[in-house]
Amino acid sequence: MSNITLAPEASDSLPALSKPTGLLSWIASVDHKQIGIMYMITALIFLVIGGVEALLVRLQLIVPNAQVLSPQTYNQMFTMHGTTMIFLVLMPMLIGFGNYFVPLMIGAYDMAFPRMNALGLWLLVFGGLLMYYSFLIGQVPDGGWFMYAPLSEQPYTSHRGTDYWALSILVMGIGSTTGAINFIVTVLTMRAPGMTLRRMPLFVWTTFATAIIILFAIPILNAGLAMLEADRLLGARFFNRGGGSPVLYQHVFWAFGHPEVYILILPVFGIISEVIPVFSRKPIFGYEFVAGSSFIITFLSFGVWAHHMFASGLGIGFNAFTAFGTMLISVPTGIKVFSWIATMWGGKLRFTTAMLFAVGFLITFTIGGITGVTFAIVPTDWQTTDSYYVVAHIHYVFVGGTLFGIYAAFYYWFPKMTGRMLSEKWGKIHFWFNFVAFNLTFFIQHFLGLVGMPRRVYTYPDLPGWTTMNMISTVGAFLSGLAHLIFMFNVFYSLRRGERAGDNPWDAWTLEWATTSPPPPHNFDELPPVRSARPLWDLAHPEDPDWKRGH
Amino acid sequence: MLTMDRNKMSMLLFLASEIGFFGTLILAYLYYYPSYAEGPNAANSLDPIMAAIFTVALLASSFTLYRAQKSNEHGEQRATRTWLLATVVLGAIFLAGQLWEYINLLNEGVTISGSLFGSTFYTLTGFHGLHVLGGLIAITILLGLAMSGHLNPARAVAVETVEYYWHFVDVVWIIIFGLLYVWPHIS
Repeated sequence: MSNITLAPEASDSLPALSKPTGLLSWIASVDHKQIGIMYMITALIFLVIGGVEALLVRLQLIVPNAQVLSPQTYNQMFTMHGTTMIFLVLMPMLIGFGNYFVPLMIGAYDMAFPRMNALGLWLLVFGGLLMYYSFLIGQVPDGGWFMYAPLSEQPYTSHRGTDYWALSILVMGIGSTTGAINFIVTVLTMRAPGMTLRRMPLFVWTTFATAIIILFAIPILNAGLAMLEADRLLGARFFNRGGGSPVLYQHVFWAFGHPEVYILILPVFGIISEVIPVFSRKPIFGYEFVAGSSFIITFLSFGVWAHHMFASGLGIGFNAFTAFGTMLISVPTGIKVFSWIATMWGGKLRFTTAMLFAVGFLITFTIGGITGVTFAIVPTDWQTTDSYYVVAHIHYVFVGGTLFGIYAAFYYWFPKMTGRMLSEKWGKIHFWFNFVAFNLTFFIQHFLGLVGMPRRVYTYPDLPGWTTMNMISTVGAFLSGLAHLIFMFNVFYSLRRGERAGDNPWDAWTLEWATTSPPPPHNFDELPPVRSARPLWDLAHPEDPDWKRGH
Repeated sequence: MLTMDRNKMSMLLFLASEIGFFGTLILAYLYYYPSYAEGPNAANSLDPIMAAIFTVALLASSFTLYRAQKSNEHGEQRATRTWLLATVVLGAIFLAGQLWEYINLLNEGVTISGSLFGSTFYTLTGFHGLHVLGGLIAITILLGLAMSGHLNPARAVAVETVEYYWHFVDVVWIIIFGLLYVWPHIS
C-alpha cells in the first residue's frame, strides 16, 4: 500500500471534553459530524411541527364553509408552516448534510472554523426557539411566510407576531451566513492532497455554489428585516405611510426569496448527482456541465426575483427582463436533468430506496420546474398568481424536489453516519407511500388553482368540483403525514436493528466511503490517493483507473 | 486566493456579504430619492462641511491602522501601540461627529419617523455607525493586546484581518458621503 497518503490533521487542537460521550459532548461539540447530525435532528423535529401545521391547514379546507380552526389560527398555521419548512427544516437539513459530508468528501479532518460552525448551529436552534416562543405569549406571526407590507406593518398587525418572525429570521440568517463563509473557506483551503477542484464530488460543488448564494442573498433579507423593524418599532416610513412603498418590500424580499429557492435546491442537485451514478454503476455524464451549470444558476438566481411581482405592475421593461431571466435559468437546470438521465441510460440500475427517491425526484421536480417556467409567461402568471396553482408548484419543487432529495440522501448516507443500514423493506414502503400520497395531495391543486381557488383563503363556497378536489388533497396530505411517520419509524428501528453497514455498503467511489462507518473523530486514519473524481474506483480497479482514461 | 490565510479569507467573504446588506440600504435611499423634494432632504438638512471634517478623521484612521499593521509586522511594538491609539482616537472622533450631527438634526425636527428621508438616512448612516463602533471595539482589543505585549509579528494576521474590515467600513462611508453629502450639491 505504498500509494496511501496520510490524512491531513489539525495542527492545533481545540479545547475538548475529557469524556467524549453523553449529552454534554454533543452540546459542547465542535466536531462537524456531531454538528451535522444536530442540524438534522433539529430539522426533523421542526418537520414534525411544520407537518402538523400543514395538516391543520388541510383539515380546515377539507369541506366548504368549515370552521375547524378560527380564521386567526388558520392564518397563523399557514404562516408558521411556510416559515418553519423553509428556514427550520429544508435549509438546516441541507446545511446539516453539507456539514457532515463536505469535509469527508474532500478528505479533511473538519470544517475550517469548527467553533464558528457550532455558533451557526446554535443560532439556528435559538432562532427557532425564539420563533416558537411566540406561541407561548399568544402573539403568533400570521402575515404569511413572506410577511408582505403593509399587512405586516404596525396599524394592520398590532401584536408582536411580526417582530418575533423578523428577529428570529435575523438570528438564523446570521447563523447561515457564518455557515456559508465556513463552507467556502473549507472547500478552498482544506482539500486533501490531489483533490483538485476538478476532482471534487458534485455534492461539494453544489454546496459551494449554495454557500455563495447564501453569502449574498441572506444579507439582503437582513437589510429588509431591519427596515421592517425600523418601521414597526421606531415608526419609520419605509414600506407604509407617508410615501413609503410596499413594492420596495416586495423587491427586497424577493431579491432574497428567489435565490433562496436555489439555496434549497442546489445541494439537492448535488445529492442526486452522487446517488444516480452510484446506483447506475457509471460515472456522471457531463461532470463539468453539472458543476458549471450550478454557477450559472448561482449568477442568474439574482436576476429573476421580479417574476414573483408581475401582478404589482412593474411595467413592461421590468417584466420582460425578469421573464427572460426566468426562461434562461431553466436551461442550466435542464442540463442537469439531461445529465442524470444520460447517466442512467445503459447503466446497471439498482433500485435501492435512495435510487427510488432520486428517480422520484426527477419526475416530480421536473413537473415543478415546468410549472415554474409557466410563471415566466407574464399573462399566464397574471392568471395563476396567488392561486392554488402556485401552491402546487412550490410543493412540487420543495417536497417533490428538495424533500425527496433529502430522503435520497438519508437512505444513501445513513449507513455512513450510524454504521447501520436503513431498512430497505420499510424504505420501499416509505417511498411508494410518500410518492403516491404527495402526488395525490398536490397534483390536483394545479386544477384547483386553474378553476380559481385563491391561496391562503380561510374557506370556500361549495363551487362545482371544489369540494371533491379539496377533499382529495386533504386525504393525500394525511397519507403523506403517515409516510413521514413510516420514515421516522424506519430511523428508530434501523438504529437498533439495522444491518451492519461496513465501510462502503453501496460500493461507492467518493472519499467518505474510505473511512469507517461512523468515521472516527479525526475522520481518516489514511486516505487513498486522489487522482480522479472517483478515488475508490481507482483503488479497486488498478487495471482500469479513471485517471488513465482522462476522467 | 487559495494559499491565503483562512482568517483573512473569511473576513473578505464576510465583507462580500456586507455588500448585500449596505447595497440594499443604499438602494432603498435612492429608491425614495425623488420623494425627498418636499420636506427635509440631504440638500436642505445635512451639513457637508461638518461631515467632511469627520470624514477626514475616518479616512485618516484607515491610514493610521495601516501604519500600525506595518509597524507590528516589523516588530516595532512602541510604534504599533501609538498608531493603534491614533486609530481609536480618530474613529471615536468620527462617531462623536456623527452623534453631534444626529443631535443637530433631531433639534431641527428631522426624525426617523417624521419623513422618508429621515427613515432612510438614519437607517443607512446608523448601521454604518454601528459598524464603525464594532471596528473600534476590535481595534481597542488589538490595542489592549499590544499594551500587554501579546501583539507580535507572528500575530500579524489578527491586525491584517481587522484592517480589512476597517478599510471596508471606510469605503462604505466614502460611498455614503458621496451620495448623501456631495451629490445633492453638484447635481
